[in-house]
Amino acid sequence: MRVLSTKGLTKKFGQFTALNGVDLDVNKGEVFGFIGPNGAGKSTTIRVLLGILKATKGKATIFELDAWKDAVEIHKRIAYVPGDVTLWPNLTGGEVIDLFVKLRGTNHKSKREELIRKFKLDPTKKCRTYSKGNRQKVALIAAFSSEADLYILDEPTSGLDPLMERVFQECVLEAKQDGKSILLSSHILSEVERLCDRVGIIREGEIIESGTLDELRHLTRTQLQVETSKPIANLSNIDGVHNIEKQERSVTFQVDSEKLEDVIKHISMFGVTKLESSPPTLEDLFMRHYEGDDRTLKPGDGGKS
Amino acid sequence: MNERLFKNTSVLSKLILRRDRLRFILWILGISVLTIATAVAFPDLYRTATERQQLAETMVNPAMTAMVGQGYGLDNYTYGAMMAHQMLGMTALLVGLMNVLLVTRHTRLDEEDGRTEMIGALPVGRLSPLASSLTVMLGVNFSLALMIGWGLYATGIESLDLNGSLLYGSAIGSIGLFFAGTTALFAQLSDNSRGTVGFSIALLGIAYLIRAIGDVSNETLSWLSPFGWILGSEAYVNNYWWPIILTLGVAIALVGIALYLNVIRDLGGGFLPSKPGRSNASPFLQSPLGLAFRLQRTGFIAWVAGVFVMAASYGSVLGDTDTLIADVEMMMEFMEPVEGAALTDQFITMLMVVMAILASIPTLMMILKLKGEEKNHRTEHVYSLAVSRQKLLASYLSVSIFTSIVMLVASAIGMGSIGVVVIESDITLGTFFSSSLVYLPALWMMTSFAVLLIGWAPKYTGLTWLYLGFSFVVVYLGGLFQFPDWISSLTPFSHVPDLPVEEVNLFTLIIMTVIAIFITALGFVGYGRRDIQG
Repeated sequence: MRVLSTKGLTKKFGQFTALNGVDLDVNKGEVFGFIGPNGAGKSTTIRVLLGILKATKGKATIFELDAWKDAVEIHKRIAYVPGDVTLWPNLTGGEVIDLFVKLRGTNHKSKREELIRKFKLDPTKKCRTYSKGNRQKVALIAAFSSEADLYILDEPTSGLDPLMERVFQECVLEAKQDGKSILLSSHILSEVERLCDRVGIIREGEIIESGTLDELRHLTRTQLQVETSKPIANLSNIDGVHNIEKQERSVTFQVDSEKLEDVIKHISMFGVTKLESSPPTLEDLFMRHYEGDDRTLKPGDGGKS
Repeated sequence: MNERLFKNTSVLSKLILRRDRLRFILWILGISVLTIATAVAFPDLYRTATERQQLAETMVNPAMTAMVGQGYGLDNYTYGAMMAHQMLGMTALLVGLMNVLLVTRHTRLDEEDGRTEMIGALPVGRLSPLASSLTVMLGVNFSLALMIGWGLYATGIESLDLNGSLLYGSAIGSIGLFFAGTTALFAQLSDNSRGTVGFSIALLGIAYLIRAIGDVSNETLSWLSPFGWILGSEAYVNNYWWPIILTLGVAIALVGIALYLNVIRDLGGGFLPSKPGRSNASPFLQSPLGLAFRLQRTGFIAWVAGVFVMAASYGSVLGDTDTLIADVEMMMEFMEPVEGAALTDQFITMLMVVMAILASIPTLMMILKLKGEEKNHRTEHVYSLAVSRQKLLASYLSVSIFTSIVMLVASAIGMGSIGVVVIESDITLGTFFSSSLVYLPALWMMTSFAVLLIGWAPKYTGLTWLYLGFSFVVVYLGGLFQFPDWISSLTPFSHVPDLPVEEVNLFTLIIMTVIAIFITALGFVGYGRRDIQG
């Protein structure tokens, strides 16, 4: 069941096209990772989804309701945490949490106290005295004390320390177990790898890749480190082998996933004494899309090069 | 020692000058021009010694004494004595405010925003940030003293001699430094910029109040206030310099304490304990309306008090209207006498429109706050919750309308409660109420204009202030400049019936209200359709 969906979402600011036909789906009960560098259009997409910006073209729906027209109805069932939390300097953290929870309409009193304890927040301090991380905690506590069906989190952990980041991850997983859906925009890729069921990568306002992590990995290269008794001949001529680095006794290179079988057959002829393979990390995936436009693939090309 | 504490102070001073050169120039020019222009206007307003002496008599009443000071040389009321009596105290108050705002900006606010920390990581002395701010303020106040001193002397008006003029300028410069010192001290005591401004302005107000009470009742009390000191210099009358030296001496002592406290405290810390706030929101806060009001509560209270005091001081001069106005030809040009209307009534209408324009300022601030919130990315939170555009805009609009009513009521009570006592005819408080509240539709039209801009052209909400400024010029100086009718008709304030001189014209008021509602509705439509910026 689709909780959130965009079709051909386009947003222009004057001449500048911030979003160019974004298609995105988040299903019930899943954590969807939304990744891309700064300025790629993550926050713009989220703001259109929140009905704060009006789409130039295309459709954005949440719970099958229109994100612009039915914003208030939708917002009763969602919770949002922005990356850069600016709060009212003269209100206390506790007051802001109560205000947010109350305006959303649902209330979870016991959850609030528990989260304040877990995140180690002092709710009696004025917001102006909070650091970036503490302001984020305020927004996170307000979000997770609400009974929401969808959580929209826009780089919510950029100011948190590793301990608090773990508390955050627990909150996300707990929400997921309760059957809630989460849209997590982030550029902390290890976090996305740990939490997300599916991932969408955005670049310059277009979704260039989306699917489960496994699906994405299939499209990419595996890193191999091989030691052989005889030097491997003609390695560089084999289709699908990249970035060969020769060390004293071993050789390291990357292989396109679909060519793996051919390559293994080839190297087995030279007496393999040691073979290490590591799956591509999300970071490898991500980097391949962003490192120098000339070197890598065009959007949609997958792993073929 | 000096290396450790003061290294690179001069570089930092230049940075402050570079950052705020326009701000400094505007303050110095503004205050100097105000002072000199007043001095230049006096000989036109009061041409003969007899006229000046008549004025001196009307000035001697407790309300005036409390407001501007007891005055010296009242038996020989020269232009110089008039300046030192009517202008010096008020100008000193303004200069004090300037110092509070500027010093806070370059001390505690910089620290709060993290700039001091970055500077502190560079090879600068421990005291350099504070010392550089104070050095700059020394320059600002010194320039101001010279500008005013030489400027007054340069007018060539009789009795504005060199010694007196320089003393007048020095009085202003020295009280400026006094409040630069107190603010620097509060910047060490309080750990945030709001607190620094709050305490400093409170001290400024209390010092003025002590002087006011002292001047009316017991002169010794006045000598407890720096305002009493500088007024006691009796500029242009006896020209005592020692009170200036006293003021400067205390200012130096205050700066010394501030510097000492700055050395012994931690960056970001203060000496006054910051008390913990509420850990839960009160039920009142938990709605968009509650939020809109709560965010502006302090400003609201300050404005109510300010409008009340201003209206009360206007009320206190109402009893002398006939002498005040009839003797002064220029005032007659301002007022354009109406056949068969009492001068006092006419004067009330003029004061009421000024108060209505003053009341428009907080009224507009309350609605324009929404734009500020948007710019600071705080409406984004509210709109991610179950709050509609209409509801939030309506909340700020309600606060604005509430403010317009409260301000006009405060103005009516302030002016009326004193007015009914000092005016000899049988005027009632009700007259003041109706004369004040009749401006409500005009205020609402101003608000509707702001809503329209927020809805359709949020970048240009500043135009609201331009429109208000235009309105002020048209209605206040209209008689003087003789604007054509179509220009005067562009501001809502000129359509309001001048109570109590004219009759209530319900039809006009209803039309104005309907127009306000229509323009507001138009603004709502635009606001519901546009992108939120932040």
